[in-house]
Amino acid sequence: MNDENKMKFHYIVDGEDFSVAGEVSSTVKKTLRQLGICPEILRKVAIAMYEGEINMVIHAHGGVIDVEISPEKIRFILDDNGPGIENIDLAMTEGYSTASDSIRTLGFGAGMGLPNMKKYTDEFYITSEVGRGTRVEMVVKIV
Amino acid sequence: MNLGKLCEIIDAEVICGENLEVIEIRSACGSDLMSDVLAFVKDQGVLLTGLVNLQVIRTAEMMDIHVIIFVRGKKPDAEMAAFAKEKQMVLLCTEYPMYTACGKLYAAGLSGGERYGCS
Repeated sequence: MNDENKMKFHYIVDGEDFSVAGEVSSTVKKTLRQLGICPEILRKVAIAMYEGEINMVIHAHGGVIDVEISPEKIRFILDDNGPGIENIDLAMTEGYSTASDSIRTLGFGAGMGLPNMKKYTDEFYITSEVGRGTRVEMVVKIV
Repeated sequence: MNLGKLCEIIDAEVICGENLEVIEIRSACGSDLMSDVLAFVKDQGVLLTGLVNLQVIRTAEMMDIHVIIFVRGKKPDAEMAAFAKEKQMVLLCTEYPMYTACGKLYAAGLSGGERYGCS
């Protein structure tokens, strides 16, 4: 794939302020809408990215999100330097969560984040190292 | 049903939003768990919730839900109202508890949308 056909964006996720969590996902959704991406694809990207962004704020004190848009797909990578995930299989289990009580009172922490991200995307890759951080790469196909 | 009618059914107060009578609503969901809304809601109807924080509006934005109804007499603050206006969302509130508000709307013909797990 020729890089000239791709648009790339880089965003920083502020991990210190929960009230602005989701700002990046909202910005990306707006950008994709302006590019004419259909609502169904928009929604998949927005939900998967938003779940990931919330995770980055709740668990990892923020990070970066890189988005790559080509005619065939939207690829987005979420990278953080948080504590890492000890058992990825367990983290991918619906209902499993390490969120604090305060996060649960905000309506999150039900353990659906990672499963949702996988469900809404066509490709989902996650790597993590305890003490170093987590990287999640996702692809939503346009055609 | 149109949103004006919906407001009558649950005695809703309008926090922000205009021309409600021209907005057509086809389904609704009720939840205090935003993770569940993201995971299970399939239709872009109205969201009934007792959770009052900015992330409720964010969740609705991601789901293309444009109307949020706060139940149990909960009211969003000015910051939330301004944020919702920026996102062109309608915020309503009702004194009815979740079960009653949902029941009244369901009885008036408002569907709960597609069932999770059904194709």
